[in-house]
Amino acid sequence: MASIEAPARPRSSSAVKRAFERYPFLPALIILVVLIALNGWFQPRSLSLVGVTGLVKTYLALMLLAVAQTYVIYAGDIDLSAGAIVSLVNVVIVGVMAQWGGDGVTIVAALAIGLATGLACGIVNGIVVAALRLQAIVATFATSIFFTGLALYIQPVAGTPAPTAFWRTYGGRILEIPFVFHVVVLFAVLLAILVRTRLSLRLLAVGDGQQESYQSGLPVTAIRMGGYALCGVFAALAAFCITGDTASGDPLVGGKMTLFSIAAVVLGGSALSGGYGTVVGSVIGALIIGFINSLVFFVGTPSEWQNLVQGVAILLALMAGVLVGRRARA
Amino acid sequence: MSAVTALLRQPLVVALILIAGLLWLGETLSPGFASGQQILRLLIVAALLGIVAAGQNLVILGGREGIDLSVGGVVSLSAIIAGNLMAGDNAGIPLAILACVVAGAFFGLLNGIGVTLLRIPPLVMTLGMLGVLQGLLVVVRQGIPSGRAAPALADFVSRTFLFGLPGILWLWVVIGLVMAFLLNRTVFGHRIYAIGSNEQAAFMAGVPVKAIRIALFVLSGVFAAITGICLLGYSGSSFANVGEQYMLASIIAVVFGGTPLSGGKGGYTGTMAGAFLLVILQSILTTVNIDESGRQMVFGATLLVLMLFYGRGRSMRA
Repeated sequence: MASIEAPARPRSSSAVKRAFERYPFLPALIILVVLIALNGWFQPRSLSLVGVTGLVKTYLALMLLAVAQTYVIYAGDIDLSAGAIVSLVNVVIVGVMAQWGGDGVTIVAALAIGLATGLACGIVNGIVVAALRLQAIVATFATSIFFTGLALYIQPVAGTPAPTAFWRTYGGRILEIPFVFHVVVLFAVLLAILVRTRLSLRLLAVGDGQQESYQSGLPVTAIRMGGYALCGVFAALAAFCITGDTASGDPLVGGKMTLFSIAAVVLGGSALSGGYGTVVGSVIGALIIGFINSLVFFVGTPSEWQNLVQGVAILLALMAGVLVGRRARA
Repeated sequence: MSAVTALLRQPLVVALILIAGLLWLGETLSPGFASGQQILRLLIVAALLGIVAAGQNLVILGGREGIDLSVGGVVSLSAIIAGNLMAGDNAGIPLAILACVVAGAFFGLLNGIGVTLLRIPPLVMTLGMLGVLQGLLVVVRQGIPSGRAAPALADFVSRTFLFGLPGILWLWVVIGLVMAFLLNRTVFGHRIYAIGSNEQAAFMAGVPVKAIRIALFVLSGVFAAITGICLLGYSGSSFANVGEQYMLASIIAVVFGGTPLSGGKGGYTGTMAGAFLLVILQSILTTVNIDESGRQMVFGATLLVLMLFYGRGRSMRA
C-alpha cells in the first residue's frame, strides 16, 4: 500500500520521513537543542565550560544507565533492576577500595570486580527472564529486591568514602581537558563499536519478532541473555560514574535511577515494544532529563514547585517524543 | 491424577495452597503467627494492597500492555488530601472521600486519555504521571501541615464492625463481590476481556474500545484513592510517599492471582488471594530474626520462586 501512495506525496515530506527513519532520535535532538538554547537564555553561564562539565559529571551515570536499559528494550524486554545493580556495584567497588587501600592498582582491581558484579547481575536477570521465561517486569523487580538486599549486606548504611585518588581523577583534568570528557569520548567509541556488533542487530531482530527470529534459527534465549548481560555491564559503568560524582558508597544510590533510565530510552525515540531504537537516542534522552532539571532551576521556580514542573515537563516531552516519532514513521 | 493436575493449574488454588503453607511455616517459626488475631491483622494489611490491586487488575485485564505505575502516587496524594481535609474530625470525612475519589478519577482520566486518544504506551504514560504526582506531593506537603485521620476512619480500619471483622474487610469483600459480578455478569466485564484478548476483533464487533480503556484507568485511580484514604486510617497520619510501596506490589499481587500481564484472562478473586499471599510473606520475613539485608534477599528470591508456579511464557519450540 505504501508504494501506491508514495508518488502522490510531496518530495520534501518523504525526505523528512527518510531522515526520521534513519535517525529515530531526531525529535529528541530537536527537544534537546531547544532545551540547551533555553538554558543559555536564562543562565548564560550554564553553557560555559564549567557549567557543561558539571552537568556531564552529574548525568554521565544516567546516560550510561539509559544505554544499559536500551539493549534490554531492543529485545522487547525491560530491566527494573538496573538501578539496584548500580547501587550494588557502587558499594562493592567502594568496599573493595576501602579494604585494600586506595592506590592506583587496587582502584583498577576494584573496577574489574565491579564490572564482573554488574555482568553477574545481568546474567542472573537473563536467566530468570529469558531461560526461565518469567515476565520481565515482575521478575526484574524481584531481582532488584535481591540485589538491594545484597548491597545492604555489603554496606548497611551510606557513607563509606571512596579513596581521594578516585574522585579527584573523576572530577579533575587530564591534559587540561576535564576527565569526564575523556570518558565521553571513550564511551562514544565503545558505542560505535557495539552498534556494529552482531549482538546489537540480533537483539533488534528478537525485539521485532521473537517467534520469527527463533524460526529463522537465531538462538533467542542466548540473545536475550546477552542483552541483559550488556545491561549489567553498562549499569556497572554507570555505578563508576556515580561513585566518582558522590565520592562515597550508598546501598540505595541507584534506586531512583531505574525509572529515569526507562524514560530516557523512550525520550530517545526507541520503542518499548522492542525492535526499534538507537543508543544515541537514549543518551540524548538522559541529557534532556538533565537539561529539564537544570532549566527548571535556572528559570527560578520556587523550590517546592521544582519537582512538579520537572515531572510535567518530562511527561510532556515523553508524549511529544512518542507522538512525533510515530507521525514521522507512519 | 489429571483432575489433580488440572486443579493445580488453577492460580487461585495455587495461591490458596501457598497461603496455607506460608501460614503453617509462620506458625512453626514463631508460634502465634497464625492465630485468629494475627490473621485478622494480616488481612487488614492485605485489604489495603488488595483494593489498589483491583484497579491494577482491571487495567492489566484490558490488555495492550496495560499497566498503571502511577497508583502509588495516587495512594500517597489521596492519603495527604484526606488527612488535611478531615484533620482529625469526623465531620470532614464525606468531603475528604469525595475529594480523594475525584482526584483519583482525574489522574486516571488523564492516563486513560493519554493511552487511548494519544496512543502513548501505558507504561510510559503512567510512568510520566508518577513523576507529576510525586512533584505534586511536594507542593501539597509544603503548604499545609500533614493532616490526621478522623477517629471514625481509624475505627473503620482497625475496630471490629460486624461479625468480628473491621469495616475495611467488609469493604474489601464488597469490592470482591462487585468485581466478580462486574467481570463475569455484565456487558462491561465481558467487553474488558474482549479488548484484552483481541482488541482488533472487539473493535470490529462494535465494542467502544477507547471508552472502556479510559474507564479502566479511571477506576484504577479511584481504587488507588480509596486505598489512600484507608491507609490514612491505618497509620493515623499521612507521611511522605506512603503509597510508593504499592506501585509494584499491586502488579505482583495481580500476577500471583493468575492474571498474566498480557491481559485478557484472569480475575479479581485470584488477585485477592495474591495480595494476601504477598502480605503473609512479608510478615513472615519481619517475624524471623534476620537483618534487613537478609530479609530483602530472601524476599526477592522467594518472589522469583513463587513466580515459577505461575504463568511462565510459552516455550518457542511449542
